[in-house]
Amino acid sequence: MKDSRIEVVDAVLNKYDHNKSYLIAVLQEIQNEYKYLPEDLLEQVARKLDINLSKIFSVATFYENFSLVPKGKYIIKVCDGTACHVRKSIPILNAMRKELGLDEKKHTTDDMLFTVETVSCLGACGLAPVITINDKVYAKMTPDMTVEILKTLRSEG
Amino acid sequence: MGNMIIDGQIVEFGEEKNILAVIRKAGIELPTFCYHSELSVYGACRMCMVEDKWGGTLTSCSTPPKDGMEVRTNTEKLKKHRKMILELLLANHDRDCTTCEKSGRCRLQEIALKVGVKQIRFGQEKKEIPVDDLGPSIVRNPNKCILCGDCVRACQEIQGVGVLDFAYRGSNLQVTTAFNKALHQVDCVNCGQCRVVCPTGALMIKKDIDRAYEALQDRNKRVIAQIAPAVRVAIGEEFGMEPGAITTGKIVAALRKLGFDQIFDTAVGADLTVIEEAEELMERIQNREQQAKKGKPQAQFPLFSSCCPAWFKYAEQKHPDLMGHVSSCRSPQQMFGVVIKEEFKKLYKNDDKENVVIAIMPCTAKKFEAARPENSNNGIRDVDMVITTQELAIMIQQSGIVFGELEDEALDMPFGFTSGAGVIFGVSGGVSEAVLRYYFKEKNAATLQNISYSGVRGMEGVKEASVEIDGRNVRIGVVHGLKNAESLIKKIEKGEERFDFVEVMACPGGCIGGAGQPIPQNSDVRKKRAKGIYKVDKASPIKRSEDNPAIEALYSGILISNREILHRHKHKK
Repeated sequence: MKDSRIEVVDAVLNKYDHNKSYLIAVLQEIQNEYKYLPEDLLEQVARKLDINLSKIFSVATFYENFSLVPKGKYIIKVCDGTACHVRKSIPILNAMRKELGLDEKKHTTDDMLFTVETVSCLGACGLAPVITINDKVYAKMTPDMTVEILKTLRSEG
Repeated sequence: MGNMIIDGQIVEFGEEKNILAVIRKAGIELPTFCYHSELSVYGACRMCMVEDKWGGTLTSCSTPPKDGMEVRTNTEKLKKHRKMILELLLANHDRDCTTCEKSGRCRLQEIALKVGVKQIRFGQEKKEIPVDDLGPSIVRNPNKCILCGDCVRACQEIQGVGVLDFAYRGSNLQVTTAFNKALHQVDCVNCGQCRVVCPTGALMIKKDIDRAYEALQDRNKRVIAQIAPAVRVAIGEEFGMEPGAITTGKIVAALRKLGFDQIFDTAVGADLTVIEEAEELMERIQNREQQAKKGKPQAQFPLFSSCCPAWFKYAEQKHPDLMGHVSSCRSPQQMFGVVIKEEFKKLYKNDDKENVVIAIMPCTAKKFEAARPENSNNGIRDVDMVITTQELAIMIQQSGIVFGELEDEALDMPFGFTSGAGVIFGVSGGVSEAVLRYYFKEKNAATLQNISYSGVRGMEGVKEASVEIDGRNVRIGVVHGLKNAESLIKKIEKGEERFDFVEVMACPGGCIGGAGQPIPQNSDVRKKRAKGIYKVDKASPIKRSEDNPAIEALYSGILISNREILHRHKHKK
């Protein structure tokens, strides 16, 4: 396990020629692999690219899309762009949080099954309100519909 | 080259890299938080804004001067801007000034007063970020941070360590370490240069004042002080004296008034270091020559000095493979600490008072060094605590001692003598110069002068000297600032440079520029302090470490069969 983690980082760094200007791309690839940025891997990136770990932390915390905490099996993004917002995306968010026992600070369930977060616009305003679950788009949602989906997913595990 | 018009006055400029420098040259003191002439230009605080003749505003720190340029520095518009910026900063600031240790030395407080902020129209936002006071040297209170980024750049640009950076975004922006760890959990080397540039109380020296008072009050303790060379040319600044004013006698007098029982000079420890390190170096050179003769040439790595604890920690972290080339000598503070403890054990065999050694240091990393486990013997520390120059100044003020009016007093015996060689340890190049003095046995002024001109003196970041010793050419490198050290190490590794000895000091200018020293600190102040150190050396009748009678007595006394206590990892059990 340990070795394969090192290999993942090395493969990504080789792909970008160990060039530190590709830091963001490197972080994206690591996140694709692990769904978040594990601390030990960032330490490796810092050492191998000769960048300070504090600088990588700076980049990783600046961008909303990077996560430093592990995420659930299902990553649910609730669109809260203008169109979705006026079409009542917040009640959808609240319904999901209530169902899963999450709140503004706690985004991932303890069983590591669900992560619920908001995004500013998914670019599908015609389908508002929209949510995505692991990048699959669910259009014209209501609070009841989302809770149903959650129940189905949970039974699938 | 050219002329600018500043507030209607013609000002000539030359090599100044920004109009801020030209304005200050013209005698106008513009406020700044994020500008330090020795760090890169950041342009974040917007306090140094000036107005051009078309009514536009520009930051003077990031604008180069141009011939014919016309600016005003204090228009109504600018005053309004500055006030507004300060109000916003203060709205977001922990404003418990009365209990803040930085009060009276805080630039935010000072500039707010100068600019005339009388009320803050915005509600105060209370941030409650945990304070990091777990480390030995520096206390970091993010609630007092104004995000000027000075510490970020100092750590990166002077030391190349870079443990601090901005994190998060927008109103959540913070200066912090990777993963918000405490400073002692990351690669911080405790040099404290971050706190030297910090305008507020966000980064402070970890104070050991209360522990010192406690020891001084205790009748069962004999409290012994050792004063580092760099302290004597800086502490006066806290009492209105010029940088570089020599105050050794006054410090001794003040320490006696504070209740110290015995007062010594760390220069004695430095003398021991000179002898041990010089012999280690010569042994190494001779060893290498012999190996070469046998046809087994060794890789050419220099011996690195080991007296700077920030450099030592840096080397351990970043270059574990080089540790075999770092001198085995303990630092002057630690050598002297162990020697005092051993000597006093012998001197006061019949009383049961506990001997407590307090080192007065210009350095925050020395606190870390004293606490390192290898610097204790059976649970008893060689140096019990470290008080920085600034902490001693605070103690003197708190005790109502009028420092400027103290009569000079002399050091105590049995270590009452010091050498010039020991004192110049306080400035970058001093260790090398002192070691060279040990090698040249001719005791005339011309030899001393030749050594001082060999290239070891001066304020440049990297210096080189080549010296002829017994028919062989010895090459010495002198660096201050760990970033300079790193680039020199890279060159050595690539084989571009060859040295026999490399002296590394983490702080700019050496210990005189340490983070325990009074602030403000800049190249000008450091130059004056260095001058003071060389003046002490000049006035000292003993120039060489081996000529110090205290040293002779030690080598024929407690060290006669016990010299290994002066070296790392060889503590006598």
